[in-house]
Amino acid sequence: MHPAPSVIIFTVLSGAGFGLLFWLGLGAGPYHGLGGFLIWGMGYALAVVGLLASTFHLGNPQRALRAFTQWRTSWLSREAWASVGALLLLGPVALAAVLGGVLPSIFGMTGAAAALLTVVATSMIYAQLRTVPRWNHWSTPVLFVIFALAGGGIIAGVQLPAAVLTLALGPLLIWAFRHGDGRFAKAGATLGSATGLGTLGGVRELAPAHTGSNYLVREMIHVVGRKHADRLRVIAVVFASLLPAALLFFVPPLPLVLGGAFVLHLIGAFTARWLFFAEAEHVVGLYYDMR
Amino acid sequence: MTSLPPPSTKKLGLVIDLDTCVGCHACVTACKGWNDHGYGVPLSDQNAWGSEPYGVFLNRVHSYEAQPDVGPAQVVNFPRSCLHCDNAPCVTVCPTGASYKRAEDGIVLVNEAACIGCGLCAWACPYGAREMDEAAGVMKKCTLCVDRIYNENLPEEDREPACVRTCPTGARHFGDLGDPASAVSQLVADRGGYDLMPELGTKPVNKYLPPRRKGAAETSPLAPLLDIQATGFAGWLDRLLEKL
Amino acid sequence: MGFSEPKLDTSPKVSDDIRRTTCYMCACRCGINVHLNSGKVSYIEGNRDHPVNRGVLCAKGAAGIMQVTAPSRLRAPLKRVGPRGSGAFEEISWNEALDIAASWLKPLRETAPEKLAFFTGRDQSQSFTSFWAQGFGTPNYAAHGGFCSVNMAAAGIYTMGGAFWEFGQPDWDRARLFLLFGVAEDHDSNPIKIGIGKLKARGARVIGINPIRTGYNGVADDWYGITPGTDGLLILSLVHELLRAGKVDLDYLARFTNAPCLVDEAEGPGKGLLLRGDGGRLLVIDRTTGKPAPFDRKGVRPDLGAEHKGCRTVFQHLAERYLSPDYAPEAVAARTGIPAARIRGLAAEIAAAFDAPVVIDRAWTDFRGERHDKMQGRPIAMHAMRGISAHSNGFHTARALHLLQILIGSVETPGGFRFKPPYPKPAEAHPTPHSGATPGKPLNGPHLGFVQGPEHLALKKDGSPARIDKAFTWENPLSSHGLMHMVIPNAHAGDPYKIDTLMLYMANMSWNSSMNTAAVMEMLTDKDTDGEYVIPRIIYSDAYASEMVAYADLILPDTTYLERHDCISLLDRPICEPDAAADAIRWPVVEPDREVRGFQSVLVDLANRLGLPGFVDEEGNARYRDYADYMVRHERRPGVGPLMGWRGDGDQVGRGPANPDQLRRYIDNGGFCVEHIPDEATFFKPWNTAYQDWAVGMGLYDKPQPYLFSLWSEPLQRFRLAAEGHGERQPPEHLRAQLKAMMDPLPIWHPPFGEAADADYPVHALTQRPMAMYHSWGSQNAWLRQIHGVNPLYVPTKLWDEHGFEDGDWARVTSPTGEITVPVAHMAALNENTIWTWNAIGKRKGAWALDPEAPEATKGFLLNHLIHELLPERGDGLRWSNSDPITGQAAWFDLRVKIEKTDPPGEAQPAFGPIASPVPPAKRNRP
Ligand SMILES: Nc1nc2c(c(=O)[nH]1)N[C@H]1C(S)=C(S)[C@@H](COP(=O)(O)OP(=O)(O)OC[C@H]3O[C@@H](n4cnc5c(=O)[nH]c(N)nc54)[C@H](O)[C@@H]3O)O[C@H]1N2
Ligand SMILES: Nc1nc2c(c(=O)[nH]1)N[C@H]1C(S)=C(S)[C@@H](COP(=O)(O)OP(=O)(O)OC[C@H]3O[C@@H](n4cnc5c(=O)[nH]c(N)nc54)[C@H](O)[C@@H]3O)O[C@H]1N2
Ligand code: SF4
Ligand code: SF4
Ligand code: SF4
Ligand code: SF4
Ligand code: SF4
Ligand SMILES: [Mo]
Repeated sequence: MHPAPSVIIFTVLSGAGFGLLFWLGLGAGPYHGLGGFLIWGMGYALAVVGLLASTFHLGNPQRALRAFTQWRTSWLSREAWASVGALLLLGPVALAAVLGGVLPSIFGMTGAAAALLTVVATSMIYAQLRTVPRWNHWSTPVLFVIFALAGGGIIAGVQLPAAVLTLALGPLLIWAFRHGDGRFAKAGATLGSATGLGTLGGVRELAPAHTGSNYLVREMIHVVGRKHADRLRVIAVVFASLLPAALLFFVPPLPLVLGGAFVLHLIGAFTARWLFFAEAEHVVGLYYDMR
Repeated sequence: MTSLPPPSTKKLGLVIDLDTCVGCHACVTACKGWNDHGYGVPLSDQNAWGSEPYGVFLNRVHSYEAQPDVGPAQVVNFPRSCLHCDNAPCVTVCPTGASYKRAEDGIVLVNEAACIGCGLCAWACPYGAREMDEAAGVMKKCTLCVDRIYNENLPEEDREPACVRTCPTGARHFGDLGDPASAVSQLVADRGGYDLMPELGTKPVNKYLPPRRKGAAETSPLAPLLDIQATGFAGWLDRLLEKL
Repeated sequence: MGFSEPKLDTSPKVSDDIRRTTCYMCACRCGINVHLNSGKVSYIEGNRDHPVNRGVLCAKGAAGIMQVTAPSRLRAPLKRVGPRGSGAFEEISWNEALDIAASWLKPLRETAPEKLAFFTGRDQSQSFTSFWAQGFGTPNYAAHGGFCSVNMAAAGIYTMGGAFWEFGQPDWDRARLFLLFGVAEDHDSNPIKIGIGKLKARGARVIGINPIRTGYNGVADDWYGITPGTDGLLILSLVHELLRAGKVDLDYLARFTNAPCLVDEAEGPGKGLLLRGDGGRLLVIDRTTGKPAPFDRKGVRPDLGAEHKGCRTVFQHLAERYLSPDYAPEAVAARTGIPAARIRGLAAEIAAAFDAPVVIDRAWTDFRGERHDKMQGRPIAMHAMRGISAHSNGFHTARALHLLQILIGSVETPGGFRFKPPYPKPAEAHPTPHSGATPGKPLNGPHLGFVQGPEHLALKKDGSPARIDKAFTWENPLSSHGLMHMVIPNAHAGDPYKIDTLMLYMANMSWNSSMNTAAVMEMLTDKDTDGEYVIPRIIYSDAYASEMVAYADLILPDTTYLERHDCISLLDRPICEPDAAADAIRWPVVEPDREVRGFQSVLVDLANRLGLPGFVDEEGNARYRDYADYMVRHERRPGVGPLMGWRGDGDQVGRGPANPDQLRRYIDNGGFCVEHIPDEATFFKPWNTAYQDWAVGMGLYDKPQPYLFSLWSEPLQRFRLAAEGHGERQPPEHLRAQLKAMMDPLPIWHPPFGEAADADYPVHALTQRPMAMYHSWGSQNAWLRQIHGVNPLYVPTKLWDEHGFEDGDWARVTSPTGEITVPVAHMAALNENTIWTWNAIGKRKGAWALDPEAPEATKGFLLNHLIHELLPERGDGLRWSNSDPITGQAAWFDLRVKIEKTDPPGEAQPAFGPIASPVPPAKRNRP
């Protein structure tokens, strides 16, 4: 799949944002006054910036509100509801925190739940697609959630959980990379089954349907850059998991350290998310004899 | 809307005969021509006379080579457009309800007025049947010529898809695949019509007819009238002309 | 909310208006319904009533709207301001343009009319353009047929009075076995597709004989991947097998062919000609009397086995020849690349169909007055085109194919091959070529025709060629369509003489329609010592910014096919069906939005300015206002004009006085006219009295002209006799041997001349027509160019592995005369020694209003750079032309090459600098 920057930025940042809001909702810190303003502000900023970024790849953003209508069937619609729900529910909590007041924890809890749901919904947009076997797997939501909670946790300063989660990311990523590689084959779609000509013998493309390009090729058949995949996989694991985990475990959680850990983690997260798209192969590629 | 309607008894669709399709691309440009001025926004072309032209087509024709274990490789031309799946993932993923399947006849359409151009339906389609129009930012797909097949402004005989009407070899057939008695259903039954990528559970309505068996016919070798070497030309001529 | 649907209008208005005319995205001439919205073309679909396409359209036809809106369209007449080839022009008025043209042409006509050479491409008005050239008085006129498929046309007409092309067609409704030789697409694009669809629907067998298995050959039930240039061997081997088994239609041969005619054995000027009686009528031996009798006498039963004064029948000669072991499957297997068993299998398939005749209960009367109560035929149809004809042995190969069809009695019989009016028409009924030029006078007759012997050659008193293209000379005596591919080289060489003005119409001669393209560009820009261009003046009519435009001095921009009158005429290449005569028109369904004019009307204007006979009356007043006026009022013979329909008061077809209302009647009828052939006349046309009478009534001929198919060709034998020293017109010494060998009255196979390069250039290289592109026209079409924007060189598995090619690789391809470097692609369903690519996809930078970086110009390529109009030196001091020695047909497909892997040069080679575009750059997107 084409690794569109807007979508990568969206999923990573809003993920971290809702992760942070999740922890804050559960009462991390707790932070008050200016500190509270800054950190809650950061949570909202990340989440909203991410959501905005997601509208960049829309053909008609002005109709974005329509995306709320299909929550019954569409994960994208559910994500819209959950995200707005989270932001609204946590509003009072944030306000209270900044003004130094306290609300019953049930408010923060429900808000945190909504934030978590948002991340799950986002991930399900991809995980639901049988056309992209690499995504069509439980590991997709799990990874999205852990990324969100780890990233958010680092900023929220919940040192231990954050440390554990970031560390967990490493093996999980490695496993997901490896296992994902075999999934297209396992799904069973081939040029033979895509054309039904497999019964005649080995099938190959003789001439493309069009020598010009088109939306499908540009959007769903991304073959450039894959050769760097191995190196990038290492970078993803080292930056998203090992380095931040090391800092979190062995260095006292001064804001600067946490900031550093977060930046390292983000680098890894962006790399991992780029791979998430670039390495994903859509079955339509079969018709073009390229994936 | 993006819930799928209860399964319709009428399932309009195409049956494409791979034994007859010569790969002429007539259906490709006929489709482009009709839909460029028909349903919804025009099918725009970017960089149309430039270095990398790319535009929206709702129907494309590939050519594949199949290599049997014995005998020469075969060339099969393969038209590809929306299969109007019964179990259409492109519909259920749509956040706005723009992508829908008609309850009445099973045609899968995009309501362009509601489409935000998120592209998710195209991601969900295994068959590459949806192409985003860059100029209008809405999703385009085969409409099964819904603006032809019921169109009272067209003569009765023309109420069929543009691609079917234009196909010079008659390799494209249009009809109700929900009705086992229909001509298309018969064709599918007689010729062993099949689904594309059945393993993905989309339950396509459109069917493809496989190429017929290729190769030499069963004929007994020719027996010479007589042994010319022995009888000589004259003998051969006499024997031949006896026939008159 | 649950499930709900938006309201949808399923009956939208389609258009304001529909105008029915004729497509011209190619030469097939289908009927189209052009939809207009607020005066603009909005949609084009096929016309269901039209005899050619029955409502269907091909990819090109359905994309016609993109041709009309193409940014490459010329806008006004152009006068060259920069050096030739630079593309620097200024737009001028039509008055200025026509004045210039007239000022160039008038003096030529008055002093030396032959100094104008007027050649046209695949326009559909050759009876008109030739009439113009005849009036002008130059012998130098022809159309593209000479490099196209004259082998097919000439072999057919000389053998059976009709040819493939679109002049006849298989009996799609009755054939059970269909053999397709060397066709990728052909002129009859949609009819062939419709026909193959019919065969498939009936489960009839389709067999493709072709080195390449795409398109029609892809859907074929069986495929013979023959070695290029060897079909003659395969066909004669099939003849061998069928003769041995006695599977030939003796009754048909005896009645309708010259098989029973007697070959003169007596030494002398008549040797090898057929015995004739009084009145020069062919003699046969009547089986009832055992005595000689004129072939056409009432009740004669010609004897195939007869012998008379030591003269044996044609049938015995041919049987003896083809029964020889030289034609046994084993003997030809290696050369053709087809195993003997496969050849036997094919012969057996033909025989099986032969043994299951089709019979129609329809009585008819033959030319001997004999009544037949039914029509019987063999359900075996064949078709062939350039795969056979575009070789230097194509004429004989095509003859061999017709021999095969005739032996099994499948020509003009049910289930076989059928003629379309104005065919059948034997060679003798066609004019002979004329080349007598006199200053200020019209030519002494029509330019092109069918020679019967040396006496008809277009030679001057001194024996030198009378025509610039050397058509109808000893080098290629039967060149019935001229040799368009030799015009520029000969004019440049001043051989046989220099010309002053070259006028071209609808032919991209500086690019895809020339061999040796780079050299042709040089010839067009070459100057002689006094700084004058060697070809002093070039006038060209094109509708688009093609490569050729840059090489002309004066451009007369044409309209598109939707904006002008055209005439698809029975005098030319009509759109008839085996069961009906039909012709058609084009008419301006929209008005041009720029300073362009239909070229035929421009020619009428020029003719009037020049006072050409036929165009002006005795007082010199213009007879015709424009082409539309000519279409209606011109008469070739009394009562016979360009259009057959609605003559007289609108109630006469074929013959009748001009009818001022004629064009409106055509328009009301959808742009065409169909006149059905009476049932009794629909088969056996050359011998069927009912058909002959109908044809006379229609004005196709002036008296019935039944004839026999010429299995034995006397015109060829006459040239052989000359080569042997008989007659006063004698060939030059260096050609005697070739003429003796080639002018065989029976079909032979000889290795294509390209074969000489075999050792160093072992690989065959071919092109094919893409179904979705028309030569060079297609690339300006925003839709079509997305389908075919580049053309890889397809390489068969054996060579692919041998050279270790991989996807994305490039290859250097070398022929004896040229070299190209191009991208390759792998193809398995391909003759193991043949490479190929799509024709005419490659474009010159700057042409067609395309971005200079367009894939057509950077990756696309022409094979033409490898093909030379002359054969490599043979060391005899002569340069032999790369064409068929009988017809002069350009031997495009004789090409031999060698191929090697090479580093990608970034751009396909050779690459030429960009030419300045005569039109503004295109906008980026559409709409
Ligand atoms: N390698 C290779 N070369 C070949 C062949 C091959 O098989 N292989 N085939 C050969 C054969 S058979 C042929 S016929 C030639 C064809 O080659 P050409 O005769 O050159 O055919 P085109 O390039 O289609 O068209 C010639 C010109 O007609 C112009 N034109 C289009 N429409 C109109 C119109 O309405 N009015 C006017 N005035 N001009 C118009 C186009 O712009 C173009 O410049 O190519 C030959 N060249
Ligand atoms: N779409 C489209 N239609 C066209 C045209 C076009 O440009 N585009 N051009 C028109 C014109 S001008 C012409 S002349 C006709 C030509 O129509 P075709 O006769 O179909 O000409 P080509 O496309 O050159 O195809 C030649 C075929 O012969 C095969 N061949 C080559 N050598 C041999 C051989 O030795 N033996 C056998 N058996 N096969 C051989 C090639 O593989 C190829 O399939 O098409 C006309 N129709
Ligand atoms: S029009 Fe018919 S024959 Fe041509 S490509 Fe389409 S389906 Fe095949
Ligand atoms: S083919 Fe694709 S677009 Fe059409 S219905 Fe099926 S999934 Fe949806
Ligand atoms: S692109 Fe349009 S139709 Fe497709 S899913 Fe998005 S909103 Fe629905
Ligand atoms: S049915 Fe209509 S929209 Fe669909 S492919 Fe055919 S022409 Fe195009
Ligand atoms: S074959 Fe195609 S391009 Fe040629 S006339 Fe017919 S529709 Fe037009
Ligand atoms: Mo041609």
